[in-house]
Amino acid sequence: MSPEPFLGATSHTPVRHHILSVLVENKAGVLARIAGLFARRGFNIYSLAVAPAESHARFSRVTIVVDAESAPLEQIVGQLDKLVNVVAITDLAPHDAVERELLLATIQTDVANRTSLLDTLASAGAAIVDVDPGAVTVMLAGTPAACDQLERALEDFSEVELHRTGRVALPRLGEAAPH
Amino acid sequence: MQLTGAEALIKSLEQQGVDTVFGLPGGAILPVYDPLIDSTIRHILVRHEQGAGHMAEGYALATGRPGVAMVTSGPGATNIVTPIGNAHMDSTPLVVITGQVATGSIGTDAFQECDITGITMGITKHNFLVQSAQEIPRAVAAAFHLATTGRPGPVLIDVPKDVTQSMMDWWYPSTVEEYDLPGYRPEVPLDEDAVARAVALIAQSERPVLYVGGGTLKSRASKELLAFAERTGMPVVTTLMARGAFPDSHEQHLGMPGMHGFYAAVTAIQRSDLLISLGARFDDRVTGKISAFAAGAKVIHVDIDRAEFNKVRHADVALQSNIAAALKALDALDATPKSLKSWWKEIRSWQAKYPLVYDEPAVDGPLRPQHVVASIAQKADPGTIVTSGVGQHQMWAAQFWQFEEPGTWINSGGAGTMGFGVPAAIGAKVGRPDRTVWCIDGDGCFQMTAQELVTARSEGIPIKVAILNNAYLGMVRQWQEMFYDERYSEVYLSADLPDYVKWAEAMGCVGLRATNLKEMEDVIDEANRINDVPVVIDFRTDSSEKVFPMVASGASNDDIMVHPSQRGGAM
Repeated sequence: MSPEPFLGATSHTPVRHHILSVLVENKAGVLARIAGLFARRGFNIYSLAVAPAESHARFSRVTIVVDAESAPLEQIVGQLDKLVNVVAITDLAPHDAVERELLLATIQTDVANRTSLLDTLASAGAAIVDVDPGAVTVMLAGTPAACDQLERALEDFSEVELHRTGRVALPRLGEAAPH
Repeated sequence: MQLTGAEALIKSLEQQGVDTVFGLPGGAILPVYDPLIDSTIRHILVRHEQGAGHMAEGYALATGRPGVAMVTSGPGATNIVTPIGNAHMDSTPLVVITGQVATGSIGTDAFQECDITGITMGITKHNFLVQSAQEIPRAVAAAFHLATTGRPGPVLIDVPKDVTQSMMDWWYPSTVEEYDLPGYRPEVPLDEDAVARAVALIAQSERPVLYVGGGTLKSRASKELLAFAERTGMPVVTTLMARGAFPDSHEQHLGMPGMHGFYAAVTAIQRSDLLISLGARFDDRVTGKISAFAAGAKVIHVDIDRAEFNKVRHADVALQSNIAAALKALDALDATPKSLKSWWKEIRSWQAKYPLVYDEPAVDGPLRPQHVVASIAQKADPGTIVTSGVGQHQMWAAQFWQFEEPGTWINSGGAGTMGFGVPAAIGAKVGRPDRTVWCIDGDGCFQMTAQELVTARSEGIPIKVAILNNAYLGMVRQWQEMFYDERYSEVYLSADLPDYVKWAEAMGCVGLRATNLKEMEDVIDEANRINDVPVVIDFRTDSSEKVFPMVASGASNDDIMVHPSQRGGAM
């Protein structure tokens, strides 16, 4: 996974990213097989989210945001499909997908910054989920762009601890834009 | 029926029709070696686990059936990593069984523990860590299914010691569904549209070349290839991995393409307007500088593995298929190129101008390595199987032996594993005891795995080994001479140390030596008379001999260097 940001629309999304929604067998080592494949073939992963799929204990869904500039998407999908534990791959172009991501951040607060912090959270639509006298923890479930925006806004505050989950995605309903 | 996991493992191998296992026991695999005594399976006790792996490869490549190797955990398992990687590169069907420490000890750095499934993840088609004795039959059946279908390859089964020691109720999966491989779909329906587009491209073509790769052998498509080639009249080249897929004696065969390919084969590809790739993968040793490779050609790429399409070279038509099925489909639509008359005229002129040549050998020696290969080939039984190591001797064997049928040329292509030749020859002879098996080896390669001749002698496997002893790591020496100002860095081995004749005799083999032409003829005849024990011949060859033609690494195939005697004039 490359830490280098792409010169793209946001600091977290490459210009030509694709979302691969990968159904895998829920077996030991599956994630290592996927990560190992990407590493040895020189494919870049931007984010990766894993969770049990639907109600089946047998399968998991891995949502991988790949950099389609590091290698042709056809090559990434073709190699991924050869992993025996990979059951199905859905390739979602960004405009064909509904993407969401969760951001959690703890911000140190004091009297001086509290008002501007509350303004920032309100305009981002973020919720406060934990507080103590010197800090708040906030969350935002939104589009990757909304998470990017909040992350940038929080750069004005010192001592921020921030985590993002990486996105999950499903195909957009109704008319899909042509590829 | 209650069985131990170990008994179930052996019984599962029997169910798969396994007749031979190459291996070496040790702590973690000990339980499995006990029921092996009562099995009909022949076990070949190797002297090093790498030998077991290469023997299994040789067996697989000679018979078309999966090779099976069994070793213990830790160093036993890591010693067989090289053959696994080799089989992965060359798509050779292999099932490798490794012992593992008991499940409760995994992750504790127990004695002889290593994460062999982790280590081999990138060099197996798939691997399994078996968690319970009840699962053993499924793992074995799935492993053979995976190894032999689609694009073949090595599959590893790691079996912890407590799993082989515990009890299970015997069962065996009878359908593919029971293998529990929901993500594995090796067969895809033929894309009729792609076939039609391929036919259209062929119809426009005036300068086609059938670029035949190892996949043609793997899909047993030699008969279909011959029929297609003869019906269309197209020229054929066979890559290093495909030697034997099309008869060398056939007039449409131009030989091997690539870095040390035949001039006509290399040049026909360069000038072609249509490349029909049949189970080949545009390896860098074939293409040279990729941007200059067959620059004017359209490409029909036929492969069972869709990840090969557009990986190296753009495919104008990508046809995911077994090679035999694809050729039949093209034949059914009567795919026919334009007249190839002027194309053949051009090709014949290249063949006439730049045949494969080597300098006349001197009567008193040293021997010419090419002449040694040609002489052994000339005296060999038809259908002789040839194996090799990796280096100059491998290229000379590929160039100067005439291969007429599938499974007669066994070498390490993609990985380039030195030391492959001797154990591969043993495996091939075990699989095809009716055939004569020659290993054309180099002195460097021989020293890497020669101890397996002890295995060959003790198991009664009479192979013949020809060492082209030029006292050097010859291919490296060639590069240092040509590209490093003759600065010979760490390539000298000595022709006399070790004494190959004494070494052969110490291993129970017949050891022979030839330094001049008379001796060469005599020792080949003598080797051919011996059919009960392995024979090793030390051929003293000229160190300065180089493999030609040659395309320098990274150069365009247009800049092919022919033999020095053919130079001068426009090249």
